[in-house]
Amino acid sequence: MNKDMSNKYIIKGATGDWEIVVGLEIHAQVTSNAKLFSGASTEFGSEPNSNVSLVDAAFPGMLPVINGECVRQAVRTGLALGAEINKFSRFDRKNYFYADLPQGYQISQFAHPIVGEGEVVVELEGGITKTIGIERLHLEQDAGKSIHDQHPSFTLVDLNRSGVALMEIVSKPDMRSPEEAGAYLRKIRTLLRYIGSCDGNMEQGSMRADVNVSVRRSGEPFGTRCEIKNVNSVRFVMQAIDYEARRQVDILEDGGTIDQETRLFDPGKGETRSMRSKEEAHDYRYFPDPDLLPLEFDDAFIDEARESLPELPDAKLARFVGEWGLPAYNAATLVGEKESALWFEDLMGHLVKQTGKPAEAIASRASNWMLSDLFGHLNKVGKSLTDSPVSAEQGAKLLALVLDDTISGSAAKDVLDDMIETGRDPAVIVEEKGLKQVSDTGALEAMVDKIMEANPAQVAQFREGKTKVLGFFVGQVMKESRGQANPAVVNKILAEKLKG
Amino acid sequence: MTDLTDLTIAEARDKLAAREISARDLTKAAIDAMEGARALNAFVTETPDRALAMADEADKRLASGDAQPMTGIPVAVKDLFCTKDVRTTAGSHMLEPFTPPYESTVTANLWANGAVMIGKANMDEFAMGSSNESSYFGAVKNPWRLGDTDLVPGGSSGGSVAAIAARIAQGATGSDTGGSIRQPAAFTGTVGLKPTYGRCSRYGMVAFASSLDQAGPLTRTVRDSAIMLGAMAGYDAKDSTSVDTPIPDYEKALTGDIRGLKIGIPKEYHSDDTPKEIEALWQQGKEWLREAGAEIVDISLPHTRFALPTYYIVAPAEASSNLARYDGVRYGHRATLEKGDDLNEMYEATRAEGFGAEVIRRIMIGTYVLSAGYYDAYYLKAQKLRTLIADDFHKAYEKVDVILTPTTPNPAFAVGAKLDPIAMYYNDVFTVPASLAGLPGISVPAGLSSDGLPLGLQILGRAFDEETVLKVADVMEQAAGFTARPGVWWK
Repeated sequence: MNKDMSNKYIIKGATGDWEIVVGLEIHAQVTSNAKLFSGASTEFGSEPNSNVSLVDAAFPGMLPVINGECVRQAVRTGLALGAEINKFSRFDRKNYFYADLPQGYQISQFAHPIVGEGEVVVELEGGITKTIGIERLHLEQDAGKSIHDQHPSFTLVDLNRSGVALMEIVSKPDMRSPEEAGAYLRKIRTLLRYIGSCDGNMEQGSMRADVNVSVRRSGEPFGTRCEIKNVNSVRFVMQAIDYEARRQVDILEDGGTIDQETRLFDPGKGETRSMRSKEEAHDYRYFPDPDLLPLEFDDAFIDEARESLPELPDAKLARFVGEWGLPAYNAATLVGEKESALWFEDLMGHLVKQTGKPAEAIASRASNWMLSDLFGHLNKVGKSLTDSPVSAEQGAKLLALVLDDTISGSAAKDVLDDMIETGRDPAVIVEEKGLKQVSDTGALEAMVDKIMEANPAQVAQFREGKTKVLGFFVGQVMKESRGQANPAVVNKILAEKLKG
Repeated sequence: MTDLTDLTIAEARDKLAAREISARDLTKAAIDAMEGARALNAFVTETPDRALAMADEADKRLASGDAQPMTGIPVAVKDLFCTKDVRTTAGSHMLEPFTPPYESTVTANLWANGAVMIGKANMDEFAMGSSNESSYFGAVKNPWRLGDTDLVPGGSSGGSVAAIAARIAQGATGSDTGGSIRQPAAFTGTVGLKPTYGRCSRYGMVAFASSLDQAGPLTRTVRDSAIMLGAMAGYDAKDSTSVDTPIPDYEKALTGDIRGLKIGIPKEYHSDDTPKEIEALWQQGKEWLREAGAEIVDISLPHTRFALPTYYIVAPAEASSNLARYDGVRYGHRATLEKGDDLNEMYEATRAEGFGAEVIRRIMIGTYVLSAGYYDAYYLKAQKLRTLIADDFHKAYEKVDVILTPTTPNPAFAVGAKLDPIAMYYNDVFTVPASLAGLPGISVPAGLSSDGLPLGLQILGRAFDEETVLKVADVMEQAAGFTARPGVWWK
């Protein structure tokens, strides 16, 4: 499973094939009540400039004080990325002027990040996996927001985000396709959500990515890269890479060269455009922030952080497949979102209790039911798992009825519809609608006899070897029983009787 | 009865405790003296109404027996400490209209102790200067004069020392980045103590160079310095670089007994450029301490000559970043703009108008030494030298308990005399090394120059060993018996 393979992604140029090289810098807002260096709230959607302390607004004589929770979350995230935790790290100032940067510098970690190298395994189409290297993770402050469209001549500034803690997760340039970049971004988001260090809400800006793209001919060294800033969805990241790689190939094939520059992605047009060139690039004049002591911690702190981690998605996937025998696709889909994995585990817990059967005997069917039936029905009514009217316990009750042959799979779908609409108990629905399936061999044999008698031609066909007509007889029995016949029992009886 | 303004903090404290005098009377005397000394330009903002209200509170505390050592003592506050609802300018046009809605920890500690603020003292702009001539609010005049010639009081805590030397306030807060407490104390015949870096909180103190800035007291006596430091110091969770060690009773350290203490004399502080009378005073200081039973030990601080260039890289580098927040966006001065001017034009005009020449010079130097291509050659090298300079002291303190040096290479000079910035920077030559090492130092008035101007001697100590520094300073003060005072020409 952990074997590195790749779906070769090639841009066919007029002069030959081009490979693309992608690295991501993901900015993830740390889940914490207060900012990285001040006590101000981090609540999303507050009135402009309502979550601003004197520190965030950089009043004279104000000093930053590190929020220990943000440090803990960064360490937990580093551990989840399988990365090296640096017991010594330090904050630097990144100096530049902008109206929404009150201090005139961003406090970041330049020379000594809190987390060093690590790696994550991403799942690609067709069950292929690829390992993406992590270069580093560091803590830094977010800036405020400049708003240019609220007043004809003024720019307005909202400092609510000023000083909010971000983790910048820098990958190695290991991705070779938009798909890999998308899978990597999703994987990081999944990991962050599992451990609760970031809510991963890209549309609210709590996660965004700077995308570095270059192209080269196979076997050549890395080309000059362009950095596309602040891309805020998985789809946009993939679109931006595709557009940018093709743009670069076009330039190179026309005999041009790539300028190292910072670019912006325009989601409306699906294009990237130049923001500033290398010549216009800032000299950030990084130096250690003299207002802060270096971060230093011991093994006990790291151990405590490690113990606080939940089961991570890779381990969960391995357990679902290895212990419960889930198909790899089902397992990967369920594990992809923390909510669905936990819901499934909850479902299994109830189901094992209710049926008395071992988990591995029923997990596969339960996963199929959840992925196709439950998700399908929820989708139809525009709901998700988090606001599902059917609890895992109710789901288990319904599945238990299927597993002990009380109702058929098709009847179960009707019951689920009802449950989603009314929230009623499945047993009540089955009773009321008379959906209990007939498994009584005597009654079914009589039914089969009657149908065979009425259809002698088809019986003859079967006996001449056209066994496909079996389906016709099953259908007739189901019709006769108004869908309540147990198909397995019906099949068995038909097989015996048709043989003659 | 002696003039109330002549009382030291210790004397005033005892009289207040005995109810011989009231805080209100003491404060009124200070206000009268302040108003009568406007010719010195020692204050940017006078706060007489607030002072009287604080004095009345102090009298209530004194009456109820709830008094602390500084209760009822009039204090001048360097205009670098943010004071809630009282304008705080840092001597700059940039902050001319700035009134903070918060209080610095050091002043909050003083007010909690019962001290009375009479006003905000003038200072070099953003504490950058050694003569108090860079203040946007005009130069401060030293109460000491040379005939009719006005002298500088030193800097950057020039207004604070002038208020002490002119018998306006009993104590004043100062801040010392490279000598801004000790050098002006030496120029005015007052006592200036720079505590160990981390001893006093920097919260609410307008930052110049964060790794060097340290608040400290300016007083007339060593005993007063001990009393006032106790009321200013302390750990503060709001300043990550403040240190959580207990505050001793500094006054108790003044035992007068320095027998057996080892006094280091660093050979590198001798210079042919130093006037003979300062060398002679240094010799005299050694004798006083030897006579009191201390042992004089010759030591070496080999990297001393690198201290001044190191300081003038590190401090401007930090300043260039610390002062970036003064951009006209949120508070303070903002230039009047033409329609259509953009953000960069606002920054440029605002900062060009808001900062004076010395501040701009240091921002430029600091920006330069941190720039790509120069960082390693300047900033990084300076940091390495800073470590070596600190190591010099650590090694020296394996052999000695304190170090004795002159405070300054010259007495107070005339207003406008030093136009060359490098000549001005040279004033810090004896004070800067201890600043780079974060160590405590005190300047004690020890004698007069041939022109009759005060000269100071400096005692440096181990980190967080202000007690020994104060103990030795107290003994030297007694031995020197410095009683000279400037003639009162300013009324």
